[in-house]
Amino acid sequence: MSTPAVKGGSPERSWPLWEVFVRGKRGLSHVHVGSLHAPDAGMALRNARDVYTRRQEGVSLWVVRSTDITASSPDERDSFFDPAADKVYRHPTFYDVPEDVEYL
Amino acid sequence: MIEAEAARVTAAYCLQLGDDALIYAQRLGEWISRAPQIEEDMALGNIGLDLIGQARVLLTRAGDMDGSGRSEDDLAYFRDERQFHNVHLVEQDRGDFGFEMARMLWFSAYQCELYAALVTSSDEVIAGVAAKAVKEVDYHRDHATQWVLRLGDGTTASHARMQEALDRVEPHVAELFEDDAVSVAAAEVGVGTLPSSLWDSAFGHVSRAVAQATLTLPTESAWHSRGGREGVHSRPMGYLLAEMQHIARSHPGASW
Amino acid sequence: MNGNDFIDPDESLNAAESGGVEAAVEAASAAFAQRPDKDSSFEALLAADQRIEPRDEMPDAYRKTLIRQIAQHAHSEIIGMQPEGNWISRAPSLRRKAILMAKVQDEAGHGLYLYSAAETLGIDRAELLDMLHSGRQKYSSIFNYPTLTWADNGAIGWLVDGAAIMNQVPLCRCSYGPYARAMIRVCKEESFHQRQGFEILWTLMRGTQAQKDMAQDAVNRWWWPSLMMFGPPDTGEAAISGGHTEQSMAWGIKRFSNDALRQKFVDMTVPQAEKIGLTLPDPDLRWNEEISHWDFGAVDWTELQRVIRGDGPCNAERIQRRLGAHNEGAWVREAASAYAVKQIRLQREEYLA
Repeated sequence: MSTPAVKGGSPERSWPLWEVFVRGKRGLSHVHVGSLHAPDAGMALRNARDVYTRRQEGVSLWVVRSTDITASSPDERDSFFDPAADKVYRHPTFYDVPEDVEYL
Repeated sequence: MIEAEAARVTAAYCLQLGDDALIYAQRLGEWISRAPQIEEDMALGNIGLDLIGQARVLLTRAGDMDGSGRSEDDLAYFRDERQFHNVHLVEQDRGDFGFEMARMLWFSAYQCELYAALVTSSDEVIAGVAAKAVKEVDYHRDHATQWVLRLGDGTTASHARMQEALDRVEPHVAELFEDDAVSVAAAEVGVGTLPSSLWDSAFGHVSRAVAQATLTLPTESAWHSRGGREGVHSRPMGYLLAEMQHIARSHPGASW
Repeated sequence: MNGNDFIDPDESLNAAESGGVEAAVEAASAAFAQRPDKDSSFEALLAADQRIEPRDEMPDAYRKTLIRQIAQHAHSEIIGMQPEGNWISRAPSLRRKAILMAKVQDEAGHGLYLYSAAETLGIDRAELLDMLHSGRQKYSSIFNYPTLTWADNGAIGWLVDGAAIMNQVPLCRCSYGPYARAMIRVCKEESFHQRQGFEILWTLMRGTQAQKDMAQDAVNRWWWPSLMMFGPPDTGEAAISGGHTEQSMAWGIKRFSNDALRQKFVDMTVPQAEKIGLTLPDPDLRWNEEISHWDFGAVDWTELQRVIRGDGPCNAERIQRRLGAHNEGAWVREAASAYAVKQIRLQREEYLA
């Protein structure tokens, strides 16, 4: 069993969350289908292909880091956006990739 | 070559390509519920399924062309070890994930070149399998490459393990690209392709991936696997077949 | 695949009793009637049978209950890969091998959809896996039984997936949006699972005597555990007092009671068994003309409780396999993280150069 190399948590927790959007063969727009964890965009796209499209051909996939999505309030009650409350999920679960990681 | 002889050659050629795919699928199936992450269970399962698909078509063709009328299951479950013609690489015991990616990198690089060449096979079934398989094995090769990159250029520990994996796979690589009698005959009839002709491109891909992963290509080992194409296998093969064939053989003639 | 059978009777309730489903729904409706238009409060949405989405206000207890239920459902899918996964290497035909691999892969995918749904409630998948590994969260106890013969794969597909479908179809209308959507996706893919199990047994029952005996033996071992998948009874000694059932129903998480689903499953399955030619191992099974249902014998609830608590044939093995894969894969996951960080650093350097 190896000890995590990342400060502040296990390395798996440093895998960001990605939202997945799929446009089917004859669809007109991408639809949100779920999320997955992956270490980077390349793996996120490949995993999304395996999980959400089962490698169907002609399907277009987008993966977006959850932290890159800015969301509106559910019911437009607030007259202005609170920056702290504009994430996709009410209780954010994703962690930023730490900048100061040492891998010695 | 007279037609009967061409048919016999086609059958033998399909058998060894089919055996490669079948035996590797058997090993990949062992990763299900044992992979480093759930997404990888799915990816390896997908790859295994692709290979079973290739095996089924190729074995069926072999049974048709050799005049025996044996089905894919007759061939898969009721041949003895000395009648299997896969290379040693695919029968090796499962190792760690690095070993699997090293094995997949080489095997898929080989299959990419192989099926690209077989798209123009004079046997329509082989050409058909190849046309479908080129897309599949391109994905397999990409998958292995992505992991070799990440393991080679990840942590110090993963680099060491991935290097060791390449070293352990190395003795089994040469056999993939050796011109065995059946491949030579198949190439002469236009049904197959010479394994040695696949080396340059396959090696090109692997060496680029290895370099980008900050790894080193192992030096050629003193000994390398041989004999698989003639039905002479290594220690793990007997155990693999015992497990794979046991249930079917316990109920001869039964349908499932 | 999912059952309602991983509720630990000793687990403390995380919500107060509401005193009955009808009362709760009535109260919510009455409250809703008094509110101004366009009220999107939690209660109003429930009363209107609308979906609660991740950004909506919700009681903490609702959120916690959902996290636990969705996570345990996800764990069930992942652990459920093992009993059938063990047969991939030995499947007696190439077609069966391929079908089994596809099925087990589907289960992995279902687990991923469900973890994804759970994460919208503010928990990380890594935390959920920790809870599975440590035993703090459970999985359907049906997977603590061993798959001893090829026919067991048929029994699992037919009975266990059949029971899971009973549980899962109503969840497609669950109040929580991400869970409901995940369930719709799961149900679409699951249609072939039950059919292939049925087909395995159908083929065996039309084969050799040894195959017939194999099929009957498997059904003898899997029938009662399948009934237990629906969880303890709603009434009587073995019922969980107070019950999650009522609160879950008020929240739109649970649509039918354990007993109702169990009865539905029996009614569906008995005619299928007759068609296949199998005998269900219950001498008390008999058609009740008055109520148009099949009466069935007493389930041994002590067995369910024992297995949930850890005293089943495969509990240790299932977790050990899962934990083993997780631990052996740590170096791989760490490497992927390290590589990602390096790429980000490189991009940054290029940008700044």
